[in-house]
Amino acid sequence: MNNKLMHTLTRHPLLWPVVTLALLLAINAAFNATFLHLEWRDGHLYGSLVDILKSAAPLMLVSLGMTLVIATRGIDISVGAVVAISAAIAAWMIGGSLVVHDGVATHVSRFPMPVAILGALLVALVCGLWNGLLVSVVGMQPIIATLILMVAGRGIAQLITGGQIITIYYGPYFFIGNGYLFGLPFALFIAAAVFVALLLLTKRTALGLFIQAVGINPSAAYVAGLPARRIMFWVYAFCGVCAGVAGLVVSSNVKSADGNNAGMLMELDAILAVTLGGTALTGGRFSLAGSVIGALIIQTLTYAIYSLGVPPEVNLVVKAGVVFVVMLMQSAEFRGMVATHVRRAAA
Amino acid sequence: MSAILERTLDKRKPAGMNGHGPGAERAKSGLRIDSRFLPLVVTIALFLVMAIFGSVAYPGFLSAQVFLNLLIDNAFLCIVAVGMTFVILSGGIDLSVGSVIALTTMVSASLVERHHWSAGAVIPLVLLMGTAFGAFMGFLIQRFRLQPFIVTLAGMFLARGLCYVISIDSISITEGFFSEVSQLRIPVWGEATISVSGLIALVVVALAILIAHFTQFGRTVYAIGGSEHSAVLMGLPVRSTLIGVYTLSGFCSALAGVVFTFYMLSGYGLHAVGLELDAIAAVVIGGTLLSGGVGYVFGTLFGVLMLGIIQTLIMFDGTLSSWWTRIVIGALLFAFCLLQRVFERGRKRSA
Repeated sequence: MNNKLMHTLTRHPLLWPVVTLALLLAINAAFNATFLHLEWRDGHLYGSLVDILKSAAPLMLVSLGMTLVIATRGIDISVGAVVAISAAIAAWMIGGSLVVHDGVATHVSRFPMPVAILGALLVALVCGLWNGLLVSVVGMQPIIATLILMVAGRGIAQLITGGQIITIYYGPYFFIGNGYLFGLPFALFIAAAVFVALLLLTKRTALGLFIQAVGINPSAAYVAGLPARRIMFWVYAFCGVCAGVAGLVVSSNVKSADGNNAGMLMELDAILAVTLGGTALTGGRFSLAGSVIGALIIQTLTYAIYSLGVPPEVNLVVKAGVVFVVMLMQSAEFRGMVATHVRRAAA
Repeated sequence: MSAILERTLDKRKPAGMNGHGPGAERAKSGLRIDSRFLPLVVTIALFLVMAIFGSVAYPGFLSAQVFLNLLIDNAFLCIVAVGMTFVILSGGIDLSVGSVIALTTMVSASLVERHHWSAGAVIPLVLLMGTAFGAFMGFLIQRFRLQPFIVTLAGMFLARGLCYVISIDSISITEGFFSEVSQLRIPVWGEATISVSGLIALVVVALAILIAHFTQFGRTVYAIGGSEHSAVLMGLPVRSTLIGVYTLSGFCSALAGVVFTFYMLSGYGLHAVGLELDAIAAVVIGGTLLSGGVGYVFGTLFGVLMLGIIQTLIMFDGTLSSWWTRIVIGALLFAFCLLQRVFERGRKRSA
């Protein structure tokens, strides 16, 4: 019985991501004595762990959308640009100016906040639909189809912001990225809600199976009677919306929208998070929980590098190392080579 | 311009390895243009239309110098795009080119300025470094059957990160050789001049055309892009060629980095951000199929000139902001990808 449990544990696909995350947390804790310390301050939890959860939320959101796209054998490299577009739309629609009314200074938004949020998400959805259209209907390679929006998207975001960084002054909007609910960052609840909804959709309905089938073999899935194209189309649309939500969180967190730098290199982080979580880039089997853990790994890594006093830009070298290791582990040829060497050494 | 076009049309090598025999035979008859040339013809025509529009709309546009500047200002892009053409022809992709340029500028600047090496030692060293970097990525892609996209993505992270390991800030170059070369102008005719970088770009394009069409390496690249499996069965040196393609791209990126150093006279980790996308765009606009096996280095030159002329037109206009360049390039990329899909479908139907 115990043996069986051990076997399930060691074979569990989430084992390695969880071990990596635990290791990183341990390293952080070893170098920084206050790392694991949590305290209640100003009506919410306060500490490094909360910080990591909070700043990982946008990446989690984008990674969740990316997971489904990669599961269908696709890739979406436009998410960073979509984050910028959504942030720009939200910032422009909220805008906000200081109005003195009866001697009381209040911040007024250009449009009501729900309208602004809906507008930003709608535009993000349109971006996703565009990608889906190019991939599923026109039949372009996913990397090229989304490359178009990646190139043009930054220009569009700049167009919306007028080439400037739009500062947001409207207080209630800050709650999305900076607020706390039940003592935890509100952004985390958004990510959790998307995660749970996706989990239910893919585990409780046949959708997860369909996505997997499309990823393993699109033509076989089509022949088996699955609406392969429609699934691909909506997966990209969903990824766009996820990026849109991330854009809201990011812009609310930094209280501004920067068409040029918002969501910069986010597509790469998201792809890295998804692969770290155990989803193969060749499509098929995917793990939503793995991607969330992957996002946390990246954020913890960033945090560790910051707290060790290494310039944050050097982070890229570490990330590159991680990508190299992960992809070699996923390569059947590499594993075969290592196995032969081990066998030879043993003999 | 049309004279050049006709000449290349005649120079076309027999298309034995491109994997679509019937289309090639039909094409030679009469005025009909082979569908494989159509993207290239469209690009050149569009370039001419833009040039004519610019000349009519803006005074001072129609001068030899404006057109030479297209080459001078985009010399690094041209060199990178040539390397990228080979990679895409083989059916792969190289996302690391922009960051290899940045790393080259950084290493050059730091060695020249901080360690007082001579330019004569630094330039061969950085070229070697870029080539080795490309070879390493090619080896990973070939030996372990990894996706080019993800390997070169990691390469991109690595090269950019290494820049910051050297220095977070920009290092400007005041050394004699670099600043002299950067200011040197070679008269072409009349008042018009070209820079050393522009010349290097032209030489690279010429050499690349030779390699692509007149060597075994070039023909093997086309064969791999057509069908890697068939290329293996034909007994072609697929392994070494695949590694070679990424090595070549690495060398081109490093050379572009040297040219970029002449252009900017500084080393900085944020140099050439997003250049890989411009290079891919230039290759696609130049008529190379993203699925590999079909395309011309000569087209890539026009792809680069096209991106250049869009920038120049927006600059001459003066009222449009610079981000319109990104949007127009995106739209153009879309149009050409769509065109490619239409061709692919048409070819499948006729086959």
